Amino acid sequence: MTTVVNVPPSLDDHSFDDVLRQVESVPADANILLDARHVRWASPFGLTALLTFAQTRSEMPTLAVPELEETTSYWARAGFFRHAEALYELHGPYPKRAGGSDSNVLLEITSIAKSEDVHDVVGRIQQKAQLMLRELNLDAKATVGFAMTLSEICQNIVEHAGRGGWVMVQTYRWTKRLGRRVVVIAVADAGVGFRKSLESAPGKERGDRWDDAAALEDAVIRGVSRFRDPGRGQGLAGVRRYLGRWDGKLSVRSGTAKIAIVPNWDDDVPLAEHLPSFPGAQVQVTIPERGSPQPSPKGRTQR
Amino acid sequence: MNHIDLSSVLRQTVACELYSNLVTRPTGAAVRDEIERLLMDTCERTLTVIDFSQVSMIDFSCADEVIAKLLLRYAAEDPPHDAYFLFRGVTEEHWEAIEAVLERRGLALVLEQADGVRVVGPLPDDERRVWETVQRLGRVAPTELADVLGADEAAVQHALEGLRRRRLVMQVGDDYIVVGAHRGG
Repeated sequence: MTTVVNVPPSLDDHSFDDVLRQVESVPADANILLDARHVRWASPFGLTALLTFAQTRSEMPTLAVPELEETTSYWARAGFFRHAEALYELHGPYPKRAGGSDSNVLLEITSIAKSEDVHDVVGRIQQKAQLMLRELNLDAKATVGFAMTLSEICQNIVEHAGRGGWVMVQTYRWTKRLGRRVVVIAVADAGVGFRKSLESAPGKERGDRWDDAAALEDAVIRGVSRFRDPGRGQGLAGVRRYLGRWDGKLSVRSGTAKIAIVPNWDDDVPLAEHLPSFPGAQVQVTIPERGSPQPSPKGRTQR
Repeated sequence: MNHIDLSSVLRQTVACELYSNLVTRPTGAAVRDEIERLLMDTCERTLTVIDFSQVSMIDFSCADEVIAKLLLRYAAEDPPHDAYFLFRGVTEEHWEAIEAVLERRGLALVLEQADGVRVVGPLPDDERRVWETVQRLGRVAPTELADVLGADEAAVQHALEGLRRRRLVMQVGDDYIVVGAHRGG
Protein backbone atom coordinates (compact mmCIF):
# COMPACT_ATOMS: atom_id res chain seq x y z
CA MET A 1 0.00 0.00 0.00
CA THR A 2 1.23 3.50 -0.82
CA THR A 3 0.65 6.45 1.50
CA VAL A 4 -0.15 9.62 -0.41
CA VAL A 5 1.19 12.81 1.16
CA ASN A 6 -0.13 16.14 -0.03
CA VAL A 7 2.52 18.81 -0.39
CA PRO A 8 1.14 22.30 0.39
CA PRO A 9 0.89 24.76 -2.54
CA SER A 10 3.31 27.08 -0.80
CA LEU A 11 6.17 25.08 0.66
CA ASP A 12 8.35 26.75 3.28
CA ASP A 13 9.78 26.10 6.74
CA HIS A 14 6.33 26.31 8.35
CA SER A 15 4.24 24.42 5.81
CA PHE A 16 6.81 21.65 5.51
CA ASP A 17 5.59 20.50 8.93
CA ASP A 18 2.28 19.60 7.21
CA VAL A 19 4.24 17.11 5.09
CA LEU A 20 5.95 15.65 8.15
CA ARG A 21 2.67 15.39 10.10
CA GLN A 22 1.20 13.21 7.36
CA VAL A 23 4.01 10.67 7.67
CA GLU A 24 4.42 10.66 11.45
CA SER A 25 2.89 7.20 11.82
CA VAL A 26 4.15 5.80 8.52
CA PRO A 27 7.07 3.34 8.87
CA ALA A 28 10.33 4.39 7.17
CA ASP A 29 10.16 1.42 4.80
CA ALA A 30 6.57 2.07 3.69
CA ASN A 31 5.87 3.30 0.16
CA ILE A 32 5.19 7.01 0.02
CA LEU A 33 3.98 9.23 -2.78
CA LEU A 34 4.59 12.93 -2.25
CA ASP A 35 1.97 14.70 -4.30
CA ALA A 36 3.51 18.06 -5.22
CA ARG A 37 1.35 18.59 -8.30
CA HIS A 38 -0.34 21.65 -6.82
CA VAL A 39 2.77 23.29 -5.47
CA ARG A 40 3.18 26.79 -6.88
CA TRP A 41 5.99 28.10 -4.73
CA ALA A 42 8.79 26.60 -2.67
CA SER A 43 11.37 28.36 -0.53
CA PRO A 44 15.00 27.21 -0.42
CA PHE A 45 14.05 25.52 2.86
CA GLY A 46 11.20 23.70 1.12
CA LEU A 47 13.39 22.42 -1.71
CA THR A 48 16.33 21.32 0.43
CA ALA A 49 13.94 19.76 2.96
CA LEU A 50 12.27 17.74 0.19
CA LEU A 51 15.67 16.24 -0.71
CA THR A 52 16.47 15.64 2.95
CA PHE A 53 13.10 13.99 3.51
CA ALA A 54 13.85 11.41 0.82
CA GLN A 55 17.11 10.56 2.62
CA THR A 56 15.15 9.64 5.74
CA ARG A 57 13.19 6.92 3.91
CA SER A 58 14.54 3.42 3.52
CA GLU A 59 12.27 2.85 0.50
CA MET A 60 12.74 5.31 -2.35
CA PRO A 61 9.67 7.58 -2.28
CA THR A 62 7.80 8.82 -5.33
CA LEU A 63 7.40 12.52 -6.08
CA ALA A 64 4.65 13.76 -8.36
CA VAL A 65 6.23 16.96 -9.68
CA PRO A 66 4.37 20.30 -9.83
CA GLU A 67 1.95 20.65 -12.74
CA LEU A 68 2.71 24.31 -13.27
CA GLU A 69 5.43 24.65 -15.88
CA GLU A 70 6.66 27.86 -14.31
CA THR A 71 7.25 26.01 -11.05
CA THR A 72 9.05 22.99 -12.53
CA SER A 73 11.13 25.34 -14.64
CA TYR A 74 12.19 27.21 -11.52
CA TRP A 75 12.90 23.98 -9.60
CA ALA A 76 15.08 22.87 -12.50
CA ARG A 77 17.01 26.16 -12.48
CA ALA A 78 17.44 25.77 -8.73
CA GLY A 79 19.09 22.39 -9.38
CA PHE A 80 16.38 20.46 -7.56
CA PHE A 81 15.70 17.73 -10.13
CA ARG A 82 19.40 17.02 -10.64
CA HIS A 83 19.59 15.79 -7.05
CA ALA A 84 16.01 14.52 -6.79
CA GLU A 85 16.52 12.04 -9.63
CA ALA A 86 18.78 10.00 -7.35
CA LEU A 87 16.45 10.19 -4.36
CA TYR A 88 12.92 10.04 -5.75
CA GLU A 89 11.07 8.19 -8.40
CA LEU A 90 9.84 11.25 -10.26
CA HIS A 91 6.40 11.27 -11.87
CA GLY A 92 5.29 13.88 -14.34
CA PRO A 93 7.06 16.13 -16.83
CA TYR A 94 9.89 18.39 -15.78
CA PRO A 95 12.74 20.08 -17.65
CA LYS A 96 15.67 17.68 -17.98
CA ARG A 97 18.00 20.62 -18.41
CA ALA A 98 18.03 23.71 -16.26
CA GLY A 99 17.58 26.07 -19.24
CA GLY A 100 19.86 28.87 -18.12
CA SER A 101 20.64 30.38 -14.80
CA ASP A 102 18.28 32.30 -12.56
CA SER A 103 19.51 35.66 -11.31
CA ASN A 104 17.56 35.19 -8.07
CA VAL A 105 19.23 31.86 -7.36
CA LEU A 106 22.56 32.90 -5.93
CA LEU A 107 23.57 29.35 -5.22
CA GLU A 108 21.65 26.49 -6.73
CA ILE A 109 21.08 23.44 -4.55
CA THR A 110 24.55 22.09 -3.82
CA SER A 111 25.60 18.96 -2.03
CA ILE A 112 27.75 19.45 1.08
CA ALA A 113 29.63 16.47 2.40
CA LYS A 114 33.22 17.54 2.96
CA SER A 115 35.39 20.54 3.71
CA GLU A 116 36.22 21.11 0.02
CA ASP A 117 32.50 21.53 -0.71
CA VAL A 118 32.42 24.45 1.74
CA HIS A 119 35.41 26.06 -0.03
CA ASP A 120 33.56 25.62 -3.28
CA VAL A 121 30.28 27.25 -2.20
CA VAL A 122 32.05 30.13 -0.44
CA GLY A 123 34.14 30.79 -3.55
CA ARG A 124 31.06 30.68 -5.78
CA ILE A 125 28.93 32.96 -3.62
CA GLN A 126 31.38 35.79 -2.96
CA GLN A 127 31.07 37.77 -6.16
CA LYS A 128 27.32 37.26 -6.47
CA ALA A 129 26.82 38.16 -2.81
CA GLN A 130 28.49 41.51 -3.29
CA LEU A 131 26.11 42.47 -6.10
CA MET A 132 23.06 41.05 -4.36
CA LEU A 133 23.71 42.74 -1.01
CA ARG A 134 24.18 46.05 -2.82
CA GLU A 135 20.76 45.54 -4.41
CA LEU A 136 19.35 44.95 -0.93
CA ASN A 137 20.87 48.29 0.18
CA LEU A 138 23.20 46.51 2.56
CA ASP A 139 26.63 47.87 3.31
CA ALA A 140 29.58 46.32 1.45
CA LYS A 141 30.77 45.21 4.90
CA ALA A 142 27.90 42.73 4.93
CA THR A 143 29.44 40.68 2.12
CA VAL A 144 32.23 39.02 4.06
CA GLY A 145 29.92 38.26 6.97
CA PHE A 146 27.48 36.70 4.54
CA ALA A 147 30.14 34.35 3.17
CA MET A 148 31.27 33.56 6.72
CA THR A 149 27.70 32.77 7.71
CA LEU A 150 27.32 30.46 4.73
CA SER A 151 30.62 28.78 5.57
CA GLU A 152 29.83 28.21 9.22
CA ILE A 153 26.37 26.75 8.75
CA CYS A 154 27.60 24.47 5.95
CA GLN A 155 30.39 23.29 8.24
CA ASN A 156 27.79 22.11 10.74
CA ILE A 157 26.94 19.40 8.21
CA VAL A 158 30.56 18.38 7.68
CA GLU A 159 31.42 18.40 11.38
CA HIS A 160 28.27 17.11 13.04
CA ALA A 161 25.76 15.52 10.69
CA GLY A 162 27.61 12.32 9.94
CA ARG A 163 26.27 12.39 6.37
CA GLY A 164 25.95 14.87 3.52
CA GLY A 165 23.34 17.59 3.15
CA TRP A 166 22.34 20.47 0.91
CA VAL A 167 22.60 24.22 0.73
CA MET A 168 20.76 26.77 -1.40
CA VAL A 169 20.84 30.58 -1.49
CA GLN A 170 18.12 32.65 -3.10
CA THR A 171 16.60 36.13 -3.10
CA TYR A 172 12.92 36.87 -3.46
CA ARG A 173 10.40 39.55 -2.66
CA TRP A 174 8.62 38.63 0.56
CA THR A 175 5.47 40.66 0.27
CA LYS A 176 3.33 38.85 2.82
CA ARG A 177 5.49 39.58 5.83
CA LEU A 178 7.88 42.30 4.82
CA GLY A 179 6.94 43.93 1.57
CA ARG A 180 10.58 43.88 0.54
CA ARG A 181 13.24 41.59 -0.78
CA VAL A 182 15.13 39.08 1.30
CA VAL A 183 18.08 36.82 0.77
CA VAL A 184 17.71 33.36 2.23
CA ILE A 185 20.25 30.65 2.98
CA ALA A 186 18.83 27.19 3.62
CA VAL A 187 20.98 24.30 4.78
CA ALA A 188 19.51 20.89 5.50
CA ASP A 189 20.77 17.47 6.41
CA ALA A 190 19.29 14.19 7.61
CA GLY A 191 22.17 13.42 9.96
CA VAL A 192 22.29 12.82 13.69
CA GLY A 193 20.80 16.18 14.71
CA PHE A 194 21.79 18.48 17.57
CA ARG A 195 20.56 16.32 20.48
CA LYS A 196 22.49 13.21 19.49
CA SER A 197 25.53 15.26 18.53
CA LEU A 198 25.67 16.88 21.98
CA GLU A 199 24.97 13.55 23.70
CA SER A 200 28.15 12.21 22.12
CA ALA A 201 30.21 14.77 24.06
CA PRO A 202 32.54 13.06 26.53
CA GLY A 203 31.16 13.30 30.08
CA LYS A 204 27.96 14.98 28.90
CA GLU A 205 25.55 15.20 31.83
CA ARG A 206 21.88 15.35 31.01
CA GLY A 207 19.75 17.65 33.12
CA ASP A 208 16.17 16.97 34.18
CA ARG A 209 15.02 18.40 30.90
CA TRP A 210 16.92 17.01 27.98
CA ASP A 211 15.28 16.90 24.59
CA ASP A 212 15.64 18.42 21.12
CA ALA A 213 14.63 21.88 22.37
CA ALA A 214 17.17 21.80 25.23
CA ALA A 215 19.87 20.69 22.79
CA LEU A 216 19.05 23.57 20.44
CA GLU A 217 19.13 26.07 23.31
CA ASP A 218 22.55 24.74 24.34
CA ALA A 219 23.99 24.87 20.84
CA VAL A 220 22.42 28.02 19.40
CA ILE A 221 22.04 30.24 22.48
CA ARG A 222 24.89 29.05 24.72
CA GLY A 223 27.37 28.02 22.02
CA VAL A 224 27.77 24.50 23.45
CA SER A 225 29.47 21.95 21.23
CA ARG A 226 30.09 18.23 21.49
CA PHE A 227 33.80 19.01 21.59
CA ARG A 228 35.45 19.95 24.90
CA ASP A 229 37.67 22.50 23.15
CA PRO A 230 36.48 25.95 24.36
CA GLY A 231 37.12 27.34 20.88
CA ARG A 232 34.24 25.29 19.51
CA GLY A 233 30.74 26.66 19.10
CA GLN A 234 31.96 30.01 17.78
CA GLY A 235 30.43 29.53 14.35
CA LEU A 236 26.78 29.86 15.32
CA ALA A 237 27.64 32.61 17.82
CA GLY A 238 29.29 34.54 14.99
CA VAL A 239 26.29 33.94 12.74
CA ARG A 240 24.00 35.34 15.45
CA ARG A 241 26.14 38.47 15.82
CA TYR A 242 26.18 39.02 12.06
CA LEU A 243 22.40 38.63 11.77
CA GLY A 244 21.85 40.94 14.74
CA ARG A 245 23.75 43.62 12.87
CA TRP A 246 21.74 43.28 9.67
CA ASP A 247 18.33 42.64 11.24
CA GLY A 248 18.36 39.06 10.02
CA LYS A 249 16.59 35.97 11.26
CA LEU A 250 18.12 32.62 12.18
CA SER A 251 16.04 29.50 12.66
CA VAL A 252 17.35 26.05 13.42
CA ARG A 253 15.13 22.98 13.38
CA SER A 254 16.27 19.61 14.67
CA GLY A 255 14.18 16.59 15.60
CA THR A 256 10.96 17.83 17.16
CA ALA A 257 12.01 21.40 17.97
CA LYS A 258 12.85 24.66 16.29
CA ILE A 259 14.65 27.62 17.79
CA ALA A 260 14.68 31.05 16.20
CA ILE A 261 16.41 34.37 16.74
CA VAL A 262 13.47 36.53 15.75
CA PRO A 263 13.88 40.15 14.57
CA ASN A 264 11.14 42.73 14.99
CA TRP A 265 9.78 42.29 11.48
CA ASP A 266 8.86 38.64 12.09
CA ASP A 267 6.31 37.06 14.43
CA ASP A 268 7.75 33.56 14.62
CA VAL A 269 8.01 31.97 18.07
CA PRO A 270 11.51 31.81 19.61
CA LEU A 271 11.12 28.15 20.51
CA ALA A 272 8.69 25.62 19.04
CA GLU A 273 8.48 22.18 20.63
CA HIS A 274 6.62 18.95 19.88
CA LEU A 275 6.83 19.48 16.15
CA PRO A 276 6.55 16.46 13.87
CA SER A 277 9.90 14.71 13.94
CA PHE A 278 12.43 15.42 11.18
CA PRO A 279 15.89 13.86 11.53
CA GLY A 280 19.07 15.90 11.21
CA ALA A 281 19.23 19.68 11.26
CA GLN A 282 17.75 22.35 9.05
CA VAL A 283 19.04 25.90 9.26
CA GLN A 284 17.52 28.96 7.64
CA VAL A 285 19.01 32.45 7.53
CA THR A 286 16.92 35.37 6.26
CA ILE A 287 18.34 38.84 5.69
CA PRO A 288 15.93 41.59 4.62
CA GLU A 289 16.49 44.47 2.28
CA ARG A 290 17.34 47.71 4.07
CA GLY A 291 14.94 50.61 3.72
CA SER A 292 11.21 51.19 3.75
CA PRO A 293 8.83 48.41 2.73
CA GLN A 294 7.86 48.31 -0.95
CA PRO A 295 4.58 46.38 -1.19
CA SER A 296 4.06 44.49 -4.41
CA PRO A 297 0.72 43.31 -5.81
CA LYS A 298 2.32 40.11 -6.97
CA GLY A 299 2.89 38.62 -3.50
CA ARG A 300 5.86 36.39 -2.88
CA THR A 301 7.35 35.96 -6.30
CA GLN A 302 9.67 33.34 -7.63
CA ARG A 303 10.68 33.34 -11.22
CA MET B 1 62.70 37.20 10.45
CA ASN B 2 60.44 34.70 8.66
CA HIS B 3 57.65 35.67 6.32
CA ILE B 4 54.70 33.32 5.82
CA ASP B 5 52.22 34.22 3.10
CA LEU B 6 49.03 32.53 4.27
CA SER B 7 47.51 32.41 0.79
CA SER B 8 50.53 30.41 -0.47
CA VAL B 9 50.31 28.06 2.48
CA LEU B 10 46.57 27.72 1.85
CA ARG B 11 47.08 26.82 -1.81
CA GLN B 12 49.70 24.21 -0.92
CA THR B 13 47.49 22.84 1.81
CA VAL B 14 44.25 22.43 -0.13
CA ALA B 15 46.11 21.68 -3.37
CA CYS B 16 43.95 24.08 -5.35
CA GLU B 17 45.00 27.34 -6.96
CA LEU B 18 41.45 28.66 -6.91
CA TYR B 19 40.95 28.85 -3.16
CA SER B 20 41.85 32.14 -1.50
CA ASN B 21 39.52 31.84 1.47
CA LEU B 22 40.59 30.54 4.83
CA VAL B 23 37.46 28.59 5.68
CA THR B 24 36.70 25.38 7.62
CA ARG B 25 38.45 23.79 10.58
CA PRO B 26 40.25 21.06 8.62
CA THR B 27 41.76 23.72 6.35
CA GLY B 28 42.76 25.84 9.33
CA ALA B 29 44.34 22.88 11.09
CA ALA B 30 46.30 21.97 7.95
CA VAL B 31 47.51 25.57 7.49
CA ARG B 32 48.59 25.72 11.15
CA ASP B 33 50.44 22.41 10.80
CA GLU B 34 52.30 23.83 7.81
CA ILE B 35 53.19 27.02 9.72
CA GLU B 36 54.53 24.93 12.62
CA ARG B 37 56.49 22.78 10.20
CA LEU B 38 58.10 25.90 8.73
CA LEU B 39 58.90 27.18 12.23
CA MET B 40 60.62 23.90 13.10
CA ASP B 41 63.18 24.66 10.39
CA THR B 42 64.19 27.91 12.07
CA CYS B 43 66.60 28.72 14.88
CA GLU B 44 65.71 28.95 18.57
CA ARG B 45 64.27 32.48 18.64
CA THR B 46 62.24 33.64 15.66
CA LEU B 47 59.98 36.50 14.67
CA THR B 48 57.52 35.36 12.03
CA VAL B 49 55.33 37.65 9.95
CA ILE B 50 51.98 35.97 9.27
CA ASP B 51 50.77 37.73 6.14
CA PHE B 52 47.04 37.95 5.34
CA SER B 53 47.48 40.34 2.38
CA GLN B 54 46.37 37.81 -0.25
CA VAL B 55 43.65 36.13 1.82
CA SER B 56 40.11 37.13 0.79
CA MET B 57 38.37 36.07 3.98
CA ILE B 58 38.70 33.93 7.08
CA ASP B 59 35.81 32.40 8.98
CA PHE B 60 35.51 31.87 12.75
CA SER B 61 36.40 28.18 12.68
CA CYS B 62 39.49 28.71 10.56
CA ALA B 63 40.60 31.72 12.62
CA ASP B 64 40.36 29.57 15.73
CA GLU B 65 42.50 26.85 14.15
CA VAL B 66 45.11 29.06 12.50
CA ILE B 67 45.50 31.96 14.90
CA ALA B 68 44.15 30.97 18.31
CA LYS B 69 45.68 27.50 18.42
CA LEU B 70 49.01 28.76 17.09
CA LEU B 71 49.19 31.45 19.78
CA LEU B 72 48.02 29.04 22.49
CA ARG B 73 50.76 26.57 21.59
CA TYR B 74 53.55 29.13 21.68
CA ALA B 75 52.18 30.97 24.73
CA ALA B 76 52.08 27.73 26.73
CA GLU B 77 54.44 26.95 29.60
CA ASP B 78 56.59 24.72 27.37
CA PRO B 79 56.47 26.17 23.83
CA PRO B 80 58.29 24.23 21.07
CA HIS B 81 60.66 27.19 20.84
CA ASP B 82 60.89 30.91 21.45
CA ALA B 83 58.68 32.11 18.59
CA TYR B 84 57.04 35.52 18.17
CA PHE B 85 54.42 36.56 15.64
CA LEU B 86 53.56 39.76 13.82
CA PHE B 87 50.31 39.76 11.84
CA ARG B 88 50.39 41.72 8.58
CA GLY B 89 47.73 42.57 6.00
CA VAL B 90 44.77 42.08 8.35
CA THR B 91 41.83 44.07 7.00
CA GLU B 92 38.30 44.72 8.15
CA GLU B 93 37.30 41.63 6.15
CA HIS B 94 39.45 39.42 8.39
CA TRP B 95 39.01 41.28 11.63
CA GLU B 96 35.54 40.11 12.66
CA ALA B 97 36.59 36.46 12.87
CA ILE B 98 39.99 37.20 14.40
CA GLU B 99 38.54 39.49 17.05
CA ALA B 100 35.93 36.88 17.99
CA VAL B 101 38.48 34.12 18.55
CA LEU B 102 40.84 36.38 20.48
CA GLU B 103 37.97 37.36 22.79
CA ARG B 104 36.81 33.78 23.19
CA ARG B 105 40.28 32.46 24.00
CA GLY B 106 41.54 35.49 25.95
CA LEU B 107 44.43 36.02 23.52
CA ALA B 108 46.19 39.09 22.18
CA LEU B 109 48.45 39.60 19.19
CA VAL B 110 50.52 42.30 17.51
CA LEU B 111 49.13 43.78 14.29
CA GLU B 112 51.32 45.56 11.78
CA GLN B 113 49.51 48.45 10.11
CA ALA B 114 50.50 51.28 7.81
CA ASP B 115 51.16 53.59 10.75
CA GLY B 116 53.03 51.09 12.92
CA VAL B 117 52.22 48.21 15.21
CA ARG B 118 49.57 47.84 17.88
CA VAL B 119 48.46 45.17 20.25
CA VAL B 120 44.89 43.87 19.88
CA GLY B 121 42.75 41.46 21.86
CA PRO B 122 41.92 41.23 25.55
CA LEU B 123 44.80 42.18 27.84
CA PRO B 124 44.90 43.21 31.53
CA ASP B 125 45.07 47.00 31.87
CA ASP B 126 48.50 46.94 33.51
CA GLU B 127 49.98 44.80 30.73
CA ARG B 128 48.46 46.98 28.01
CA ARG B 129 49.89 50.10 29.67
CA VAL B 130 53.32 48.49 29.95
CA TRP B 131 53.21 47.28 26.31
CA GLU B 132 52.31 50.75 25.04
CA THR B 133 55.06 52.34 27.08
CA VAL B 134 57.68 49.85 25.88
CA GLN B 135 56.53 50.53 22.33
CA ARG B 136 56.99 54.27 22.86
CA LEU B 137 60.37 53.96 24.55
CA GLY B 138 61.89 51.24 22.38
CA ARG B 139 64.36 48.84 23.99
CA VAL B 140 64.03 49.43 27.72
CA ALA B 141 65.07 47.94 31.07
CA PRO B 142 62.43 47.17 33.73
CA THR B 143 63.97 49.71 36.13
CA GLU B 144 63.71 52.55 33.61
CA LEU B 145 60.22 51.45 32.67
CA ALA B 146 59.12 51.47 36.31
CA ASP B 147 60.52 55.01 36.65
CA VAL B 148 58.66 56.23 33.58
CA LEU B 149 55.43 54.64 34.71
CA GLY B 150 55.90 55.66 38.34
CA ALA B 151 55.14 52.06 39.23
CA ASP B 152 56.62 49.41 41.48
CA GLU B 153 59.45 47.59 39.66
CA ALA B 154 58.23 44.14 40.75
CA ALA B 155 54.79 44.90 39.31
CA VAL B 156 56.34 46.10 36.05
CA GLN B 157 58.53 42.99 35.89
CA HIS B 158 55.44 40.84 36.45
CA ALA B 159 53.58 42.60 33.62
CA LEU B 160 56.59 42.21 31.32
CA GLU B 161 56.78 38.51 32.10
CA GLY B 162 53.07 38.19 31.26
CA LEU B 163 53.62 40.02 27.95
CA ARG B 164 56.64 37.87 27.13
CA ARG B 165 54.66 34.70 27.79
CA ARG B 166 51.92 36.01 25.51
CA ARG B 167 54.61 36.53 22.81
CA LEU B 168 53.95 40.30 22.75
CA VAL B 169 57.37 41.49 23.94
CA MET B 170 60.84 39.97 23.54
CA GLN B 171 63.50 39.92 26.20
CA VAL B 172 66.91 41.06 24.90
CA GLY B 173 69.49 40.61 27.65
CA ASP B 174 68.00 42.42 30.63
CA ASP B 175 65.91 44.70 28.41
CA TYR B 176 62.56 44.33 26.69
CA ILE B 177 61.30 45.32 23.24
CA VAL B 178 57.83 45.01 21.69
CA VAL B 179 57.30 42.55 18.86
CA GLY B 180 57.50 44.44 15.59
CA ALA B 181 59.41 47.33 17.18
CA HIS B 182 61.40 47.78 13.97
CA ARG B 183 58.18 49.08 12.41
CA GLY B 184 57.86 51.92 14.87
CA GLY B 185 54.64 53.09 16.47
